[in-house]
Amino acid sequence: MSTTSTKWREPRHRFLGLIAVVTAIGVLASACSGTPKTTRPSASTVPAPSTSHPVNLTVWTAFSGALGAAFDTLVSRFNAANTGYHVIADYKGSYSQVLSDTMAAFRAHAAPNISQIFDAGTATIMDAPGTYVPVHKLMAQYKLPFATSDFIGGAASYYETSADQLDSLPFNSSTPVLYYNKTELSNAGISTPPTTWNQLRADAATLGAHGQKCALTSSGAYVMWTDLEQFAVWNGFPYATDDNGYTAVKGVKLEIDTAPFISHLALLGELAAKGGYIWNGVSTSTVPLFTNGTCAMYEQSSADLSTIQAAAKFPFGVSELPIQNGAPDAPQNTVVGGASLWVLSGAPAVTYRGDAEFLHFLMSAQSQAYWASHTGYVPVTTAGSALLESQNFYATHPNDLVAVKELNNKAPTPFTRGIRLGYLPEIRQVEASAIAAVLSGKQTAAQALAAAQSQGDSILAQFAAQYGG
Amino acid sequence: MFRHRLLPLLLILPELVVVGLFFIWPSMRALAEAFQESNAFGLGSRFAGLANFRSTLNHTYVQAIEVTAIFTVLTTVIAMALGLFVAVQVEQTGRARPIYRTLFTWTYAVPGAIAGALWLFLFEPRIGPGSRLLAGLGVHWNFALSGPQALGLVIGLTVWQQAAYDFVFFSAGLQGVSDRVLEAARIDGVGAVSRFWRIVMPLLGPTVVFVAVMDVLAALFQSFAVIDIVTQGGPGGSTTTLVYALYRDGFQNGDVGMAGAETLLLFVLAAILLAVQFRVLNRRAHYR
Repeated sequence: MSTTSTKWREPRHRFLGLIAVVTAIGVLASACSGTPKTTRPSASTVPAPSTSHPVNLTVWTAFSGALGAAFDTLVSRFNAANTGYHVIADYKGSYSQVLSDTMAAFRAHAAPNISQIFDAGTATIMDAPGTYVPVHKLMAQYKLPFATSDFIGGAASYYETSADQLDSLPFNSSTPVLYYNKTELSNAGISTPPTTWNQLRADAATLGAHGQKCALTSSGAYVMWTDLEQFAVWNGFPYATDDNGYTAVKGVKLEIDTAPFISHLALLGELAAKGGYIWNGVSTSTVPLFTNGTCAMYEQSSADLSTIQAAAKFPFGVSELPIQNGAPDAPQNTVVGGASLWVLSGAPAVTYRGDAEFLHFLMSAQSQAYWASHTGYVPVTTAGSALLESQNFYATHPNDLVAVKELNNKAPTPFTRGIRLGYLPEIRQVEASAIAAVLSGKQTAAQALAAAQSQGDSILAQFAAQYGG
Repeated sequence: MFRHRLLPLLLILPELVVVGLFFIWPSMRALAEAFQESNAFGLGSRFAGLANFRSTLNHTYVQAIEVTAIFTVLTTVIAMALGLFVAVQVEQTGRARPIYRTLFTWTYAVPGAIAGALWLFLFEPRIGPGSRLLAGLGVHWNFALSGPQALGLVIGLTVWQQAAYDFVFFSAGLQGVSDRVLEAARIDGVGAVSRFWRIVMPLLGPTVVFVAVMDVLAALFQSFAVIDIVTQGGPGGSTTTLVYALYRDGFQNGDVGMAGAETLLLFVLAAILLAVQFRVLNRRAHYR
């Protein structure tokens, strides 16, 4: 016994050491995962940050490439002008990734200060009070000028609450337009781009007769945005009950299993059967189909203008989206797509003044004019729009004006303000499946939309159960 | 004084910590989440009873069960048949055998993500060389829109990789088949086909069980990377397996409660499947 204990004495200390290390790691881990102080920001009690130790503010975005560069320019301008704060913009991947990363980070108490949440994610965060500090309240608290009326109609209406307040800062905003290949259209003897879908169908036949098989393609990842959501508001059709979800969470149902949507999807299916319309699933970009001349026309976001400009080796034009024949209110208005910036709660109190200052800087006319002129986005503030106008930007860039015109075409009706549905990204997945089923000839438009509507409604019911309680 | 009973515990402590931290604790969390309902940000969490399980009983989840069944059965059967066939052929080659072995093992060494990107490049609709070849053969190839084609593509890709894995184990198993037994059978006038089915196959029994179990597990759980790279579960959910549905609901859509319920269902399903598999196959396998 005694020999055994001597034999083990030395290792025993090591094991004790190991236990100590493991315990220490455990304690550290629990300390890190503990809820950070969630003191509400207070203007009076929070000292201004010192210039020698600037307060870091993290912003998560989906801006890469040229957009990332333009955003980084704005960030560095802000950092240069505000020595007390240092904004760090982190590219987190696609829109969906930014949203899912933000949700996961919030659960783990490691959320960024500001997150860029895309249009379809708006209801998902807006209806989860406690996760964010409403921007209109934040700006009031730090006495920075801010009003819903500072923003252009299409942007304000998309992101405002039912009380006309903005809980987030509308930021990168675009709207779908119709790009057309001037050479291919004129080769077929078509002098102006189609203004109605019936005319587009006729033009497709003409193009086909002249050897131009594919007449039209739509956004790859966001065909449900161009051909269902924006189709609804542009033609003045309701997309969902309760003013597209603006006025209720519980009991909201889709209205896509209705004649206008069925006839539009049927038209796309009819064209696709003859090769006149191409869309290859949400993960395949359709930009090359237009820029390499495969398809003569292209329904795509105005934000892609610079990409198309860089790649297209032919003269192209931009026009308003075609309207549905027989729609009494068409054209009504389009709404913005893109994203808004949300200030997340749970951060140290000292950061909130910085968040407010940064958002104030982003909505300034100079920032908006820079952003819009260096990307394909529209300026979201009326001041930004006016500044661009005064710089003669639209006179020299008529293609950029189409989106602005569509957004401001008519004052929005209660159900053309936007689409405010919980788990809209998930509903879009369902819609993409329906569109794929129609284009591959597996289902008729009526069958596919009926299925999509019922699946979408159960997603909405799930959202209501989780959020409405 | 050091008590002997404590020592074994201490020795396995590191393992316990790892298993507890990375397996037991998350599993318990998933179990708890399965019976809770909260919003996507984790706020307003409350007991939900079986609501999450009820919401899995929808069309898309049933479709995922079907897809998983087809995917698992086809990849396992084809990969095993191919792996065994190639292993038997390579076994009969002479001095070139090591070269063949290396060549047929290669595809398993390619990580799923890279293999996915490679096949995506080959079979990109209209553009990929594979797509053009198929178009030349008169196949209207567009896996981005056609469900059966998409499923065929991911099955083909998984088989391409998994058959190589199976090949390695079947080759090893064939080494274990005694030459003397085969020689004796040949002298007794047993034909080549009978020798394979009556002698080689029974002796390969344990290898077959092992390979089948590994293939089913790979199809159920490791197919994620390939599917995520090539089809993202589409089109129309035709390549959404149970694991992919779990990822989509839990990580993309932030529905942690439903994902918890799906995890539990998947766990039960995998356990039942493996139990049945061991029982059925072990009856036919003769261990030495």
